[in-house]
Amino acid sequence: MTRIGVVVFPGSNRDRDTLRAIELAGGEPVALWHEQATLEGSAAIVVPGGFAYGDYLRAGVIARFSPVMRSVAAFAARGGLVFGICNGFQVIAEAGLVPGALLRNRGLRFLGRDVRIAIERSDTPFTGLTGPRRPLRIPIAHGEGCYFADDATLASLERDGRVLFRYVHADGTAARDTGDPDNPNGSLHAIAGVMNTGGNVAGLMPHPECAIEAVTGTDDGLAIIRSLVESARAAERVAA
Amino acid sequence: MTMVDDRPAARPSEPALHRALGLTDDELVAITERLGRRPNDLELAMFSVMWSEHCSYKSSKPLLRTLPTRGAGVVAGPGENAGVVSIGDGLAVAFKIESHNHPSAVEPYQGAATGVGGILRDIFTMGARPVAVLDALRFGDPADPRTRHLVDGVVRGVGGYGNCVGVPTVGGELVFDASYAGNPLVNVMAIGLVEERLLTRAAAPGPGNLVVLFGSTTGRDGIGGASVLASATFGEDEAGSSKRPSVQVGDPFAEKLLIEASLELIARGLVEGLQDLGAAGITCATSETADRAGTGIAIDLDAIPRREPAMEPFEVMISESQERMLAVVRPERYAEVADVCARWGLPCAVIGRVTGDGDITVSSDGREMARIPARALTSDAIVHDRIAAPPARRRQAPAPGAPIETRDQLPERGMDPGAVLVALVGSPNLASRRAVFEQYDSTVQANTVVRPGRGAAIIRVDGGGAGRPARSPARALVASTDANAAVGAIDPWLGAALSVAEATRNVSITGARPLGVTNCLNFGDPTRPEAFWQLGEAVRGLGDACRALGVPVTGGNVSLYNESPAGRILPTPEIGVVGLLDDVSLAVGPAFRRAGDQVVLVGHATPGLAGSEYAALAGLAPEDGPPSIDLELEARLQAFLREVIGRGLVASAQDVSAGGLGVALAECALWSGLGAELRLAIASSPAVDLFGESPSRVVLSVAPEHLDGLLEAAAGATAPAAATAPAAAGPIGGLPVEVLGTVGGDRLTIELAGAGATGAAEGRGSRVADSVDVAVEDLRHAWDEGLPRALGWDDQSLGGDRPLMGEVRP
Repeated sequence: MTRIGVVVFPGSNRDRDTLRAIELAGGEPVALWHEQATLEGSAAIVVPGGFAYGDYLRAGVIARFSPVMRSVAAFAARGGLVFGICNGFQVIAEAGLVPGALLRNRGLRFLGRDVRIAIERSDTPFTGLTGPRRPLRIPIAHGEGCYFADDATLASLERDGRVLFRYVHADGTAARDTGDPDNPNGSLHAIAGVMNTGGNVAGLMPHPECAIEAVTGTDDGLAIIRSLVESARAAERVAA
Repeated sequence: MTMVDDRPAARPSEPALHRALGLTDDELVAITERLGRRPNDLELAMFSVMWSEHCSYKSSKPLLRTLPTRGAGVVAGPGENAGVVSIGDGLAVAFKIESHNHPSAVEPYQGAATGVGGILRDIFTMGARPVAVLDALRFGDPADPRTRHLVDGVVRGVGGYGNCVGVPTVGGELVFDASYAGNPLVNVMAIGLVEERLLTRAAAPGPGNLVVLFGSTTGRDGIGGASVLASATFGEDEAGSSKRPSVQVGDPFAEKLLIEASLELIARGLVEGLQDLGAAGITCATSETADRAGTGIAIDLDAIPRREPAMEPFEVMISESQERMLAVVRPERYAEVADVCARWGLPCAVIGRVTGDGDITVSSDGREMARIPARALTSDAIVHDRIAAPPARRRQAPAPGAPIETRDQLPERGMDPGAVLVALVGSPNLASRRAVFEQYDSTVQANTVVRPGRGAAIIRVDGGGAGRPARSPARALVASTDANAAVGAIDPWLGAALSVAEATRNVSITGARPLGVTNCLNFGDPTRPEAFWQLGEAVRGLGDACRALGVPVTGGNVSLYNESPAGRILPTPEIGVVGLLDDVSLAVGPAFRRAGDQVVLVGHATPGLAGSEYAALAGLAPEDGPPSIDLELEARLQAFLREVIGRGLVASAQDVSAGGLGVALAECALWSGLGAELRLAIASSPAVDLFGESPSRVVLSVAPEHLDGLLEAAAGATAPAAATAPAAAGPIGGLPVEVLGTVGGDRLTIELAGAGATGAAEGRGSRVADSVDVAVEDLRHAWDEGLPRALGWDDQSLGGDRPLMGEVRP
């Protein structure tokens, strides 16, 4: 079975949800404590949601210096698959593994509700099994999810197709940057998730791991987790 | 034993000191009796917090003893940190509701945040992992700038803490009434799941065992929180700043580490007993755990990790610094305990030993500074025999079947029932709470089946993961908090009984079986005879209703002195209920499901508009009475609901409560986007039948093929054996049922039929529309915009997206 590592910081609070989602998606989840340097042979790494180290100073700013994150950065540099969700996205952005930064929501309030996101590309390790393009319904739960990057970075992200996830209206068209409830945090270009130039590291603000069973309202997130597990399995075969 | 040292620290206290600490002269006498000598300053400080109303229940204890606490599966009841009820399969649910009213009035953000933190500790102290939080919040007029400041601070505080610790906030209440202006209510309920084999007691057994303090260090915050702040009425200006130093400061990150460390210590069997530190800090945790085990504890003051230098001994002993835990550990296990704490980055220190002498002693560099029998601080604390007196003039609920009074008619100002309905749906107490709930994380842990804002919350139990295998069918916990304070102000017995009836009905209407009741009794100054009478009547109503419905009281909390210069609060018996669904896939929600389904009203309206939202909106003179309740009928209705829902006969089930039948139907429609064409026979008057809040009524929608089965079940409905009938009226079997019409279209139309429809008002020379005809979209808009408008919140990001917020259902 393909092993997927889930980083656990003090203050991570969706680590258990993520471990369980990976299990349901057919992977073998393994928790990676923040003080350990080994990734225990993981074929992919998820940095989960929460408030790593309490998010003191700024979300994710302390977590990047932990032993496990140094190993994760090295793993990513070797082309390893790394996926950051919510606080995990903030952590890998602070670590420079993906471009941009996550600022406070424009409304200056924490927001927890379902949003609609579109998968902009289904030919990536993180979206391969998401099927034909349609808005996915997935919950958010964050106070600092406003995606920000300078114009040059935004332009290259759009040009290279590295905007993987975008907040959209019901009809699938992109939400506006401001004054649009469909873009809950006011992210530039309504960006909900991006990918690095290597195509092996991605971050996403909404929580696919909390949208994997219809009984909890939506299972639209399962396809994203399954995409990651399948890509990790493929990567293992290549390595072997 | 060593005699109490006679050097300065141990000199008998100055005469006036006890009063400054909130103790009365007769309490000082009682303390002296228990010690056999005058207490010294340190001992007096320890007594002052432990004998506070908040810690000792010295006024309410005799009343609370009358409550029914035994029931099927009750593993732990009142007196423990939380009530625990077995749900089978080796699993049990722990739950409790507690108030943090006065701290929130002084410092809303920290008051609410530490309220969440405190109740969570009560849950995981027992070995249970917290799985849900509900917040019952009450404030003054939403147009008042101070109310807006308090609402904003409390909501941010609840979110700031709850969102960080990773426990979903799944429900609660938000109620506005002018009486709460100077004294808001912040009642927080927490629910946890525990493997019964890991259930941990808050006791200190085994003389020789180590007493270990872990978590945050001890500072000067929260000095006298339990006594000065929680157990006294606010004076002039005090809701301002003078009591701010008594409010604790919360650190949710430390709490998260405390949760994980505590649950690991318990799972690995490293602790003999575990107790959280809340009100009265180390004094409370040591004396309560010792008293429960019949032991004593010798505390080494110098060993307690401090946050700041030069703290007085009494400050260390009564500090309410947050995020601290007390563990009782066998000496040979201490190394492992220290390792676990270190792994989670939590300070940890041995601060004393369990002794056999039954005393709490405090020593500093070998010098004994205090020695008090543990039981004198806790189980043997003073109990006051307060005087209770009803108000001179009282209003009564009309007896069942009483004739309708003219005041029960629609007043001219509300002559169009449709206009009244739209106004009610958009009113501050009935409109959508989404603008508040969306500031909370309701999805973490991935088990939330029904999120806030749709009746009772539903949390799946058997999803698996975290070492537990998934189980099929998956069970679910159903939770609701309710309080009928408006009626309670008129008739405290009735208010409490109605609160229990509504909270249990909200659980039963999903198909679940109520497991237990926890309660937070928010009342006034118990030394005021009328206030103490209100408390006594409410406890009597709580007990009567729980006995009639066969639900045990598993715990709770009493908050007195809820008075301020701005006025006295409505006596508010907040009721929390947790129920069990054996198969979450059978859960039924309140929104209509399919066009063509039949709409059925079960139960019939009884007179009495006092205390209703309609009365508040229409400004009815308060001379009329509130609606009465027949507890046996209520028990019959709830048993019927569980039966027909379990048999899969019901498509949707909606409780009739605040706003009456009209608002209940409006919610069924606007939550589903489906209208309905209905005809209502007016038995009494349009106001009573449409907007009256008489209990024991529900609206069901059923597929046509199931209608006959449902009607048969209603005709044969009987109450479970547990139910007794203090006020039993009418037939012993069966429930009144009326088929109102059919689901469909995009309008809600209710034709008012029958003699009572419009006659009376026309008799007074006014024309009253004889039907409701409203577009569902108009209802939705009124419901959606009501709260942000009332609070002056125009934040775009709170606007949300309506289609997405549609029913979240299996």
